[in-house]
Amino acid sequence: MELMLEVESLAFSYGNGPVFENVSFSLKKGAVMCILGPNGAGKSTLIKCIAGILKPAAGSVRILGEDTASLGVRGIARRIGYVPQQNEVVFPFTVLDFVIMGRAPHLSMFASPGEEDMEIARESLAVVGLSDLAERPVASLSGGQSQMVLIARALVQKPSLLLLDEPTSHLDFGNQILVLETVQRLASLGMSIVMNTHMPDHAFLVGSRAAALTGGRLVAVGEVETVVTSKMMSSVYGVNVAVREIEDMKRKVCLPLRG
Amino acid sequence: MSDYRYNRTALVYLLPIALLVISLFVGRYQTPMSAVVDESVKMFSSLLFGTPASVSTQHTVLFNIRLPRILAALLVGAALSTAGVSFQGIFRNPLVSPYILGVGAGAGFGACLAILLWDNYLLIQLMAFAFGLLAMFIAISMGKASKGAGTLVFVLSGIIVGSIFTALTSLVKYVADPYDELPAIVFWLMGSLATVRYGDLLYILFPMFIGTVVLFFLRWRINILSLGDEEAKALGMDVEKVRLIIIICATLITSAAVSISGVIGWVGLVVPHISRMIVGPNYSRLLPMSIVIGASFMLLVDDLSRTVAATEIPLGILTSLVGAPLFAYLIRRGRMGWN
Repeated sequence: MELMLEVESLAFSYGNGPVFENVSFSLKKGAVMCILGPNGAGKSTLIKCIAGILKPAAGSVRILGEDTASLGVRGIARRIGYVPQQNEVVFPFTVLDFVIMGRAPHLSMFASPGEEDMEIARESLAVVGLSDLAERPVASLSGGQSQMVLIARALVQKPSLLLLDEPTSHLDFGNQILVLETVQRLASLGMSIVMNTHMPDHAFLVGSRAAALTGGRLVAVGEVETVVTSKMMSSVYGVNVAVREIEDMKRKVCLPLRG
Repeated sequence: MSDYRYNRTALVYLLPIALLVISLFVGRYQTPMSAVVDESVKMFSSLLFGTPASVSTQHTVLFNIRLPRILAALLVGAALSTAGVSFQGIFRNPLVSPYILGVGAGAGFGACLAILLWDNYLLIQLMAFAFGLLAMFIAISMGKASKGAGTLVFVLSGIIVGSIFTALTSLVKYVADPYDELPAIVFWLMGSLATVRYGDLLYILFPMFIGTVVLFFLRWRINILSLGDEEAKALGMDVEKVRLIIIICATLITSAAVSISGVIGWVGLVVPHISRMIVGPNYSRLLPMSIVIGASFMLLVDDLSRTVAATEIPLGILTSLVGAPLFAYLIRRGRMGWN
């Protein structure tokens, strides 16, 4: 099967030494890649480089075989949906007004969205289960709902790849699972997903693949089981980490240990 | 949104036309209804069928003095509000005014310099317009040359450019003749539409039209720019380019407005807020509404300026005296349309 995403020897620098370099991985259609790593490792920067928001210093990103460097921001936005960590809206747009902004890459510069775009926005809201909130101001939503609205906006772009930057970081337990379930549902519908996460355990919950970014390099990439191991996670986070099989849940968990 | 609310909102679009008609009656010189109707008929028939134009005093008052002034007020109000609402969107700040990039200070200096050097009406307008644009270009070049990107740098550059031009204006005032030029400068800076003629409208119509049309068609994109650079880029926007187009257009119409009216504050700040309260923050509806409310607000204030006292009250004073309490009231109501 053709590869959805190919990241090759990607490097980025803010001008004083590289944030990361030589990052390579690839992703198939419908696969979920969890990128793990400590704070400041450059996970968000990596996501932004793939999304075309930041310009990499070296290397290439290809989506369905096309180099994003030759696609332009508009072309990238039609193929890649970016879900930021948290967004701060200055003006209280309604959920529908906000979500429909995802149509931007499909509309000409001087156009405003029409009925058809409205329909796509409504569909995306239905996918994340927020149809009832369409007329509510975005700012009045809870953290979990805001995250879903951001995902809906990315879906409106009709991308084949979704990038999520720490989608669960400000959420309570229940909402974390809700977001992860949505991620899994989208993947089962054929969406390819790359997501950053603070919680290595999330890789077991949704990931088909995982990568560990630390010290400016991808130190491990592959099947979740091969990346999320006690040894690897202990070295990545600098604390003792245990990975155990829970028999009656038929899944592995990853937990930090004290001392 | 219900049809009912759409209909109610649509009514607001008729406001400027209604005010235009009402304003024809307003003024020190009494014009009864019959005279206005009579003169209007004569006016139209002379325009359409080439019948001899009326030469009555009423004709002069209505169509050579009041009407151009009314049209100017509508245009200036619409321009300042459009620029204000656009700048607020791209700078992601509801407290931004059309003069954010030093346009007001630049135009003010240009006009003062022209008063000092030539005292020619046309040159004053031209210099105000040119220096308004110049201020914007300096601010933008400074913003672009600096390492840190983004909107904050533009705002800071605007403050720098603004304060330099303000200082230069003070210098012009200082060296101006205190009996002749200084009052003219002070009066110009306070803003007025008292001397506007049709010819002046002709000059400003073209830049205003271009700027407003472009902003009108880009209005939905302002929503996206208001999300911040990174998100706008992720949504496929060429952020730098679109922002620059919007800045240039907004400055173009602000400079055009200032060149005939002087520096009139508050309109470009308050009107977007009133408009947001009516139609919400979506620029698809907000920008057209700002045009309508801005035109109406300015015309109302100008009507006041030529009727409340025996002499004209400068517009800049009235817009602040009317606009500031109104703004305070809106803040108290708490429905500002922003977070």
